[in-house]
Amino acid sequence: MKHLYHGYITGPIIGIFWTLVVSTSVSIFMAFATGGAYLPTLWGSILSGLLLGLLTVRYQNHLIIIPAAFLVAIILPFVGLGPLAYGDSIPLSMQGLSSLLFGIGTGWALVKYLTDCSWGNLSRHEFEEYFIRFLTGSGLVFFTAIVLIPFYVMVMTSLKSQQALLLNPLDFSLEFEKGWGLLRSYFELFNEFNFGTYLITSFVVSVTTVVITLLFSVPGAYAIARFRFAGQGALSRSILLIYMVPMIVLALPIYVVFSTTGLRNTLIGIILIYPVTTIPVALYMLQGYFRGLPTEVEEAGLMDGLSRLVVIWKITLPLSLPALASVSLYVFMIAWNEFLLAFMLLDDPKIFTLTRGVAMLNSSEIPRQHLMAGAVISTVPIITIFMALERFMTRGLTAGSVKG
Amino acid sequence: MEPPKGRGKLALRDARFAWLMLLPTVIIVSLVVILPLFAIFWISVKPIDLGDLRPTTLVIRENVRTGGEVFEVDYRVRNSSQEAPIADAGFTDMIPSEIELLELPENCSLSQENNLDCDFGDIQGGFRERFRIPATITGSPDVAVDLAEESQPRVRGDADSVLTNTEFTLDNFRKLFDQKEFITVLWTTLFYTFFGTVGALVFGLFAALLLNTSFRGQGILRGFFLFPYVAPVIAVAFTWINLLDPFSGSINTLIVQMGLTEEAINFFGQRPLALIMVTLFEVWRYFPLSFLFILARMQAIDFDMYEAADMDGASPFQKFWYLSIPQLLGILSILFLLRFIWTFNKFDDIFLLTGGNAGTRTLTVNVYEQAFGISNIGAGAAVAVIIMLFLLLFSFFFFRFISQEEGL
Repeated sequence: MKHLYHGYITGPIIGIFWTLVVSTSVSIFMAFATGGAYLPTLWGSILSGLLLGLLTVRYQNHLIIIPAAFLVAIILPFVGLGPLAYGDSIPLSMQGLSSLLFGIGTGWALVKYLTDCSWGNLSRHEFEEYFIRFLTGSGLVFFTAIVLIPFYVMVMTSLKSQQALLLNPLDFSLEFEKGWGLLRSYFELFNEFNFGTYLITSFVVSVTTVVITLLFSVPGAYAIARFRFAGQGALSRSILLIYMVPMIVLALPIYVVFSTTGLRNTLIGIILIYPVTTIPVALYMLQGYFRGLPTEVEEAGLMDGLSRLVVIWKITLPLSLPALASVSLYVFMIAWNEFLLAFMLLDDPKIFTLTRGVAMLNSSEIPRQHLMAGAVISTVPIITIFMALERFMTRGLTAGSVKG
Repeated sequence: MEPPKGRGKLALRDARFAWLMLLPTVIIVSLVVILPLFAIFWISVKPIDLGDLRPTTLVIRENVRTGGEVFEVDYRVRNSSQEAPIADAGFTDMIPSEIELLELPENCSLSQENNLDCDFGDIQGGFRERFRIPATITGSPDVAVDLAEESQPRVRGDADSVLTNTEFTLDNFRKLFDQKEFITVLWTTLFYTFFGTVGALVFGLFAALLLNTSFRGQGILRGFFLFPYVAPVIAVAFTWINLLDPFSGSINTLIVQMGLTEEAINFFGQRPLALIMVTLFEVWRYFPLSFLFILARMQAIDFDMYEAADMDGASPFQKFWYLSIPQLLGILSILFLLRFIWTFNKFDDIFLLTGGNAGTRTLTVNVYEQAFGISNIGAGAAVAVIIMLFLLLFSFFFFRFISQEEGL
C-alpha cells in the first residue's frame, strides 16, 4: 500500500474511479431525461480520469479543473477516447449539455476530494481521508439514484400516453404542448374509477384506526410502564410476541371468520381489524416513552390529592404529546399503506381503500400509466405528511422499531 | 421498626387499576389475535377447502310462469353441496292472496295465512328437485307475478359444517411434506430472509455513514432516503415491475442501449434471477429502517473518543473499524434479529412482484397459494402452523438477546 501514498498516484486513481462514476451517472441521467442513447466508455473514462486527477492535484482550483473537464469531454471524442459516447441521433446541443454536466460533476467534486493533496508523499491518514471523501461522494450519488429513480419513473410514466411509452420506454420528456392532457390518467382515475371516494375512504379508515388504537393503547401502555402487578412481565413479552406474528397467518382465520359472519367485504370489518394490528405496536412504542417520563411530576400531582386518572389526563398526556404525535403518524402510515387485508377482505369497488383500488388497476386491460397514476395518488399524501412532519415521523419509526 | 413486607393495600389497588386499564386491550387483542391463532391450528387439521366456507344449505329458486289462462308457480330446490346431507330440510313461502294454488304436491301444505310449507325430511348431497304448481290468478297478472316473486321463500335444515364438526385429519401436513416443492420453499425463504436482512443492514450502515456528517442538504437527503419505506408497498412494487418490464421497461431499454446485454432480461420471470430481484427489492425497501437506527446510534457515540484516537494518530479506516463498529455492534445485532423475523414474515412484497412464481415462493406466499390459489384452506393453515413453529424458535433467541437491551 505504501507506494500508493503519493499525490501523483492517489490523484489519478481517485480521478479514474470518480470519472467512471460521473460518466455513468451522466449517461443514465441523460437517458432517463431524454430517452436518447448515451453511454459511458471504459477507456475514455480512464484516460480522462487520469488526466483530470493529475491536474487536480497540481492546480486545486475549481476555475481550472471544471473547464478542463468540460474540454476533455468535448475534445477527447475526436480521438475516439471520450468519457461519453453518443448514439447516432443525439444532437450536438445535447452532447454539449452532457459534456457540461460531466465537466461540473467531475471538476467540482475532484477539487473537493483532493483539497490540500500535495504532489509528493502523503501520510496514510491523508490518503484515507481523500479516499473516504471520494467514497462518500460516490455513495451519495448511488443512494440518491436508487431511491429517486423509481419515484421519478412512477411520476413520469403516469404523465405519458400508451403509444409514447411503447415507442421508447426511456423517453420521459414531457409533451408540454398537451397542456392539461398531460394529466389525463388522473382525470380518468378520479372520474371513472372512483379514486376520489377511495382517497376519502382510505383517509377515514386510517384516521379511525389511529383514534381507536390510541384509545386502547394509551391506558394499556401507561399501566405497563407505571404499575407493578402480577403478570406484568408475561404481558409485555406477549405484546412483543404478538407483534411478531405475520399478518398472513392472522389473515387466513380472519378471512374464514369474516366470511362466515358476513363481515367480509364491509368497511366495518376493515375498521375492526386494522386497529388490532396496530395496537401492539402502539403499546410497545408508548410504554417505552412513558417509562422515560420522570415519575416525580406525577407523584407531586398524586400528593396534591389528584386521582390517578386526572394525573394521566392533566400531566402525563400533555407531556407525551410529541410521542402521541409520533405514534399517530406511524399508525396512520401503517393503515394507509396496508394492502393484504384490504385485498383479501374487500371485493366491492364501491368501498375500496386506496391500496385496494390501485391493486384493481393491475390488469392487462387498464393502461399502465393509469396504474402509475394510481401509485402516485396513493404515495403523494403519505409522502407529503411525512415530509411535513419528518421530525415526528422519524422518531415514530425509530421507536416503533423494525416492524415492516 | 421492620420495613413492611409483602404487598400493601396501595400496591394491590394499583395492580387492580393497572389490569382495569389493560383489560380492553387484552380482550380485543386476544379476540382478534389469540383466537385466530387457535383457529389456525384447528383449521390445519381439518379437511376443508374454500368452498366449504359457505355453509351447506338448501338452495331454492322461485319462478312464476304465465302461459295463457293457466299459471304455474315453479320451485327448483337443490342441496348446495354434492356430498353433505341436510337434516329436516324444507321451506316456507308466502303466497299472495291474488294467487290461488290449484293442487299441492304431496309433502306440502297450505296454512290459513296462505303460507306454503314444504318438507323434504333428511336429504342427501346432490339432492335436486323441481315442482310446478298450477294456479289461477285474480286481478292483474303482472301485479300477482311481482308479488309472488317478491316474497322470498325461506329455507330451513340442519347441516354439519366441516369447520365445527369433530372430523380431524393430518392429510394437510402429510401432503405438504410429500411435495418436493416444500424443501424448495424452505430454501427460498431462507435465502430471501438471510440476504434480505443482511443486505438491508449493510446498505443501511453505508447510508448512515454517508449522512453522519453535517453538510448542506443533509436533512433533505435523509428524508429522501426514507421514501422507499414510507411509500405504500403496492405503489413501489408496481413501479419496480414497470421499471424492469422485459418489453417496455426503462431499465431493459437502458441496458440494451448501453450494450450490457443483447436482449431484454425478464427480471421477475426466470430462476434464479427473480429471487435475487425480490431480495434486492426487500433490501431497497427496508434499508431506510436500519439506516435510521444506525444513524441515531452513531450520533450518540461520544465524540471525545474520536478526538483521542486522532491524537494517537489513528487513520479514518482504523477509527471506523476499531471505534465505530464495536459501538454499533449492539444495534446491528438487534436489528439483525428483528429484521430477520420481519423479513421471514414478509408477504406483500413477493406477492405483488412475482405472485410467488419463478422460484420466489416463500412460506408466507405459500400460505396464500395453498389457501386461495388451489383453494385448500386446510393446507394453507398447515403452512401457517409451520411458520408459527419457526417463529417460536426465533422468539426464543429474541428474548434471550433482546429483552435485556430493550428493558422488557
